[in-house]
Amino acid sequence: MALRQCAIYGKGGIGKSTTTQNLVSALAEAGQKVMIVGCDPKADSTRLILHAKAQNSIMEMAAEAGSVEDLELEDVLKVGYRDIKCVESGGPEPGVGCAGRGVITAINFLEEEGAYEEDLDFVFYDVLGDVVCGGFAMPIRENKAQEIYIVCSGEMMAMYAANNIAKGIVKYANSGSVRLAGLICNSRNTAREDELIMELARQLGTQMIHFVPRDNVVQRAEIRRMTVVEYDPTAKQADEYRQLANKIVNNRNFVIPTPITMDELESLLMEFGILDEEDESIIGKAAHEEAASA
Amino acid sequence: MQNADDIKPSYPLFRKDEYKQSLGDKKANFENSHGQAKVDETFLWTTSVEYKELNFQREALTINPAKACQPLGAVLCSIGFEKTMPYVHGSQGCVAYFRTYFNRHFKEPLSCVSDSMTEDAAVFGGQKNMYDGLENCKALYKPDMIAVSTTCMAEVIGDDLNAFINNAKKEGYIDQDFATPYAHTPSFVGSHVTGWDNMFEGIARYFTLNHMEGKVVGSNGKINLVPGFETYLGNFRVMKRMMSEMGVDYSLLSDPSEVLDTPADGEFRMYAGGTTQDEVKDAPNALTTIFLQPLQMEKTRKLVTDTWKHEIPKLNIPMGLEWTDEFLMAVSKISGQPISESLTTERGRLVDMMTDSHTWLHGKRFSLWGDPDFTLGMTKFLLELGAEPVHVLCNNGGKRWLKAMNKMLEASAPVNNATQLFHSHDLWHLRSLVFTEKPDFMIGNSYGKFIQRDTLQKGKDAEVPLIRIGFPIFDRHHLHRATTLGYEGAMTMLTTLVNAVLEKLDADTMQMGVTDFNFDLVR
Repeated sequence: MALRQCAIYGKGGIGKSTTTQNLVSALAEAGQKVMIVGCDPKADSTRLILHAKAQNSIMEMAAEAGSVEDLELEDVLKVGYRDIKCVESGGPEPGVGCAGRGVITAINFLEEEGAYEEDLDFVFYDVLGDVVCGGFAMPIRENKAQEIYIVCSGEMMAMYAANNIAKGIVKYANSGSVRLAGLICNSRNTAREDELIMELARQLGTQMIHFVPRDNVVQRAEIRRMTVVEYDPTAKQADEYRQLANKIVNNRNFVIPTPITMDELESLLMEFGILDEEDESIIGKAAHEEAASA
Repeated sequence: MQNADDIKPSYPLFRKDEYKQSLGDKKANFENSHGQAKVDETFLWTTSVEYKELNFQREALTINPAKACQPLGAVLCSIGFEKTMPYVHGSQGCVAYFRTYFNRHFKEPLSCVSDSMTEDAAVFGGQKNMYDGLENCKALYKPDMIAVSTTCMAEVIGDDLNAFINNAKKEGYIDQDFATPYAHTPSFVGSHVTGWDNMFEGIARYFTLNHMEGKVVGSNGKINLVPGFETYLGNFRVMKRMMSEMGVDYSLLSDPSEVLDTPADGEFRMYAGGTTQDEVKDAPNALTTIFLQPLQMEKTRKLVTDTWKHEIPKLNIPMGLEWTDEFLMAVSKISGQPISESLTTERGRLVDMMTDSHTWLHGKRFSLWGDPDFTLGMTKFLLELGAEPVHVLCNNGGKRWLKAMNKMLEASAPVNNATQLFHSHDLWHLRSLVFTEKPDFMIGNSYGKFIQRDTLQKGKDAEVPLIRIGFPIFDRHHLHRATTLGYEGAMTMLTTLVNAVLEKLDADTMQMGVTDFNFDLVR
């Protein structure tokens, strides 16, 4: 089977890293050979696989060695649960430097060192937050990830971010082969969440590939720096990740997304009762003014 | 003061009394200097062993680097192709630097464009610049190919050349089938030789990667020669001559020897000569590919091996006697053509020259610097001449260079014991070495002249003359037209080296009645 490269995007804090690592564990359990490339300066994309606090990142080690040319692949590539290969790009402390460049440097290094030439079925890029600059789009450049999954939930900002990421994908998809492969709904237990995300997916031209329900076992596993699949393979939640893994393996639904306008997004949210009908009369009114006019 | 009827340049003008007075006053009244005694004391300290040790403990500072940046190499690679405009995606200042750098070395105009990214492009990304830049470049300069490389700015913000160029084509700014190879060439990674490699790989990839159907190794009967970052125009010419004398069919992939040496006949040539696109497309059909500077071709090597399926012969830069032998024997073996009578004679002449001059070169100590393959080849040749390369410095060498140097030195015992290697060191390190472990000569680019000046400042006996072989050479004319490869190149370099030794000896023995007992007519 040819190597499939997938990138996971989504709003910050939505559960990208947790979802990715659980998903990858399920894939590995099913016999797939997988590598995770963490593209986030926090370097927390592999901790559940390696049972570690944070893996030494490529940028951290390059800074120590003097330059990235002084690094060897073995220095940065760690092997964890069920032989999942783990790499973290790393990056600067908040407020300084350029994290996007760190992603570019790290992925170039992996290519030059032949990390992709090894026996692999899947590579997953776990990418920080939004596609804020060119560096965070590195994983979706030509000949890299061709399938993008967006993690989201039925909250306004998560959907707003998903739509924005779809806009980013269009820029690369029109002239290249990168495609949106689906939304992964990481449930926040909001009302009619599954229907809402399915509708958003429909409007974006894609699918909700799986609805991952909320379950505290994920947190219990995380405290132990483990994925659910490893911590409690019999848990119902582990099956959810197995289903997600299976759907991704069999996924053929790759599209150039059709992002929607802010107005369309708002009316969708109103339709599902997340946003109230806009009341022009209250805009710009402070509390005391409202009290006075009441 | 300056006289309109007799205009003098700064020297000797500033040696006139009134200028001496004026400059002296400026120094005394405004420069707040430490005084000559302190300056002299500090100067002497910088020449000491103590200072050398401190100098070699330097960690976070480079002084006088002996390397340039990636896009410079990408530009040189690009102009070696027919009607190709090098296009640098980034800010204008970078391109101005590349152009002046080459102007000063080749004394030729050099055409190269940028898409002049400014503050807004840094924030919004340079796609719009790419759209307009490609369209304008095509319309104004009518190239057949635009070879795109990048500067630091575009790299830091993560501009994606592949996406931008394809979008520009999709939006109709240039035709879909117009040739636009590209390479990412961040200046803060590697050096000019890396940039050459990246750009070459980009061009080779563009024309061959998705067109390998029907390509059969050896079907065109040619040998591909890839020069790498090569600035001696004679080296392109000597390759062509040697191949034609042997009757070997070849493709010289990237050949800027015409565009960098256009005649003054009243016609400006923006483009001249160069490797054709058809030759690149046909390159996978060759018998094999030979890298003339193999240490700097890592990225291209991958493409040539994996995509073209060529078995690349293990060769060194064809510099000096033995490595030219090896090169020609490999060419003969691959092509089936015997080494020509003319080249055999030429080899004999070189050996004759080497024996004629060896008494003067034997045991002479040299400090040299330059690019990885050049320093490797030059060291090898110096050893063949019986000279002693004492310091070999390669700022952009890295571990691969170190390994290759050590391998070569081990094979040529016992003279080499004295050879010290410095990878990722700069010319300020070399200055310390030249003072504390005095060689007889330096071999390198023009920047060495300041080290020569400093050694002379310490006294005539401490002076170490510079022999200019390398890149860039800004302060002597036409040396870039010379040859350093093949038997011909060895002859040229041997002539340069031995005559530098003799010039020095004459200068040292010219004092009438004191040293002129050795001021001989016959050397």
